[in-house]
Amino acid sequence: MCAARNPVAGRDGLAVLDSEEIRRALTRIAHEILERTHGGDGVILLGIPTRGVPLARRLAARIGEFEGLDVPCGSLDVTMHRDDLRLHPARALGRTELPPGGVDGRTVVLVDDVLYSGRTVRAALDALNDLGRPRAVQLAVLVDRGHRELPIRADYVGKNLPTSQREVVHVLLTEVDAQDSVMISGEGGKR
Amino acid sequence: MTGDGSWLIRGVTIPGRDEKATSILITGGSVTAIGPALDHPGATTLDAGGLIALPGLVDLHTHLREPGREDAETVETGTAAAALGGYTAVHAMANTDPVADTAGVVEQVWRLGRTAGHCDVQPVGAVTIGLNGARLAELGTMADSAARVRVFSDDGRCVSDPLLMRRALEYVKAFDGVIAQHAQDPRLTEGAQLNEGEMSAALGLAGWPAVAEEAIIARDCLLAAHVGSALHVCHVSTAGSAEIIRWAKSKGWPVTAEVTPHHLLLTDELAAGYDPVFKVNPPLRTEADVAELRRALADGTIDCVATDHAPHPVEAKESEWAEAAFGMTGLETALRVVQRAMVETGLLDWAGVADRMSVRPARIGRLNGHGHPLTPGAPGHLTLYDPAAPAEAVTPAGASKSRNTPFAGMELPGRVVATFLRGVPAVLDGKLA
Amino acid sequence: MKRHLISAADLSRGDAVLILDTAEELASLADRPIKKLPTLRGRTVVNLFYEDSTRTRISFEAAAKRLSADVINFSAKGSSVAKGESLKDTALTLEAMGADAVIIRHGASGAAHRLAGWVQGSVLNAGDGTHEHPTQALLDAFTIRRRLAGGVRGGGEPPRDRGVPGGRPPGLASRGAGLDGLRVTIVGDVLHSRVARSNVLLLSTLGAEVTLAAPPTLLPLAVGSWPCAVSYDLDSELSKSDVVMMLRVQQERMTAAYFPSVREYSRRYGLDAARMARLPGHAIVMHPGPMNRGVEIAAEVADSVRSTIVEQVANGVTTRMAVLYLLLGGTEFPATGVAL
Repeated sequence: MCAARNPVAGRDGLAVLDSEEIRRALTRIAHEILERTHGGDGVILLGIPTRGVPLARRLAARIGEFEGLDVPCGSLDVTMHRDDLRLHPARALGRTELPPGGVDGRTVVLVDDVLYSGRTVRAALDALNDLGRPRAVQLAVLVDRGHRELPIRADYVGKNLPTSQREVVHVLLTEVDAQDSVMISGEGGKR
Repeated sequence: MTGDGSWLIRGVTIPGRDEKATSILITGGSVTAIGPALDHPGATTLDAGGLIALPGLVDLHTHLREPGREDAETVETGTAAAALGGYTAVHAMANTDPVADTAGVVEQVWRLGRTAGHCDVQPVGAVTIGLNGARLAELGTMADSAARVRVFSDDGRCVSDPLLMRRALEYVKAFDGVIAQHAQDPRLTEGAQLNEGEMSAALGLAGWPAVAEEAIIARDCLLAAHVGSALHVCHVSTAGSAEIIRWAKSKGWPVTAEVTPHHLLLTDELAAGYDPVFKVNPPLRTEADVAELRRALADGTIDCVATDHAPHPVEAKESEWAEAAFGMTGLETALRVVQRAMVETGLLDWAGVADRMSVRPARIGRLNGHGHPLTPGAPGHLTLYDPAAPAEAVTPAGASKSRNTPFAGMELPGRVVATFLRGVPAVLDGKLA
Repeated sequence: MKRHLISAADLSRGDAVLILDTAEELASLADRPIKKLPTLRGRTVVNLFYEDSTRTRISFEAAAKRLSADVINFSAKGSSVAKGESLKDTALTLEAMGADAVIIRHGASGAAHRLAGWVQGSVLNAGDGTHEHPTQALLDAFTIRRRLAGGVRGGGEPPRDRGVPGGRPPGLASRGAGLDGLRVTIVGDVLHSRVARSNVLLLSTLGAEVTLAAPPTLLPLAVGSWPCAVSYDLDSELSKSDVVMMLRVQQERMTAAYFPSVREYSRRYGLDAARMARLPGHAIVMHPGPMNRGVEIAAEVADSVRSTIVEQVANGVTTRMAVLYLLLGGTEFPATGVAL
């Protein structure tokens, strides 16, 4: 780990995961998903915008490489179900795109980049509830930074990252930010 | 008040005279002397340092609303507002309820004015019975009445029938009367709400085209010339109207005209928020119209400023634009608006203001007792005004019963300090005496 | 801070694109088993309709209810309003009831402006006199974008002569796009049309080229200052139009001498099958409704595959949901900064 001035984040940050480490973490998560779902039976991956979506696609691609299995992949925007809407100006909506067949009876694996207070995941569970009735819901995250405010836990974690609430975790992915990296910097509060 | 009722006004400037500061002595209801070092034991002294003295202002166009709409204004409150605005005489328009189309109603209004005592009230008689534009009212009887009506107007409505207008112009020659026309072709302005132009198009309000005013004025000038009778054009609002009047006067035709203070200052852009306080008939027009009206008043094409003071109760001005009444108050702010629009812009000096707001309107109204320039022997009607008073925001609250002033919140210069009617103060230090 | 939606001129290009993008995301709600989102739960939305308009009122009601808002319908007939209660007093009553938003349709231009001065909540103009109808313009823009602008990002070439009107699947890749380069012809009584005013403003903000086609008597004198072109000849505009939007023409206008007869109006400005055939292959036909079949639009045109009249209704609910969410869902309408 080294301190670096990241031109994308625009401020001094500590890189805690580089692109190799991210690649290995996603590979491991893909294997774990296959293990715990009897080879991916009835699984669909739903990424939470913004960066959960490319992560879900990468996981689907890995699973496809290892098992030759076509895991349906989509996105689930949770903006309308957030519990903090009244605290900010209205936010632009992300894309919700369910794979054909929807979520009924499937094992939905929600995919997000960072797990923090747990409120985003709770909103995702509410959104999912209005879309159908999955057989089961699991959660895969690239980074778990602690400080849960709700009884929510991840099934699959790329890296556990103890942080203080004053720090900010930046996940950068090639599909969105032209590079793969996870950084921590010193300012900011809860998301 | 001590003494014999006479007044010595010291340190005042009379626009149009050579001396800088001078004094005016008023005794027995008249101006008796003017000079730098006057004295008169028994006179009450008024220190008028920094003030100017104008002959008492005369308004050719006021709506006092009584009889019939006393919720908006009465002769008492309207003339109080007039005095506070520096007016010593107002012409009360005939669109009351009942309409002032008989000797009975005009005499009633005249008597109410005398009782109130704040300024002289000269009733205007309707041209047609009930303002219906169909039959002439008894103009002669009104002229012979105690109210001695000389100005006749259906204001609020246009005498649109050309034959009737011709007859009215001819008829009043017998007693030196004048027909004051509210120029508005009814067919071109059915349902009209706002000047026809970019604003009306953007706001979705039915347009009131300039041609509806100009066409009537052109016709009436030709009629007046043809029969050799006096035409007065009320509230000229467009550049085209001013040009037509200039042309008519260049032919030597007996045409006079007035403009309101609001048409010298405000434009239709103010309607953007749909606040009906800016709804008036004729409507506010464009910058180009305002500029031409100012020029025309400066060069005398337009003879005088007349307020068209049109009070309305709150609910009539609080609704959607289309539902709201037309009209703005104006007596209390007139002189300040003229200062802003004409004096501060260098278009007219204070001597010119005296001419346009007192001398000429009195002459047009055939009011012999008013509009005399301040000289020894003149009647004791005068207005003391402070042109250097710091600009203050206009408040809607005033002596008028109604609050519909378009200048609310606008900073205007000047202050009327005192108004004298027949040598007796009606207003002192900016308050009713 | 944007609290109201009263005129299409209130919206910058960024604002308008945000509304369209939001509507795009909300459109799929109609296909779900639970057609509801919890976002405006606990908010009260009042429909204040002084004019009869079941279609628009139901559209707003559906939009608000799909966002879980409570809806109160206040129609003028048989109410205190019919007994002469002023708009101001009605507004104060709604204030006392705690309305978060008031959707007003009124016969007087400027009614929404006046209302906004008397209530604390948001005012949405659902049509005021002959002034504006901004949500109609938004749903029209949304309809046009879905049908024609998929794949255009702020300035590419719109699809031309593809043979099938709007052949691209709706919504894909149009996120962030305006209506740049699209040519829209609006036909009919522009002078008295709030739909026309709002559309001229909004469509030009989004980059479309707008032309008004009408007899001179039905165009405002000052139309030259509007951001659009003007033509008295509909036929010369047909082959150049990607969108033809027909406005309703009231027969009463004939008695006020705006045109000599319905027959002549229809002959010169009506969209019949012959005129429709001269439109480019991809061009669409729109109408805000209700239609005068046989006057401004022929029945076969209204029912043709080019016509978007039915989908405009569905798009109305979606677009109004987007507006309600953006105005009421957070503390305020989001800042969209400089135009995209």
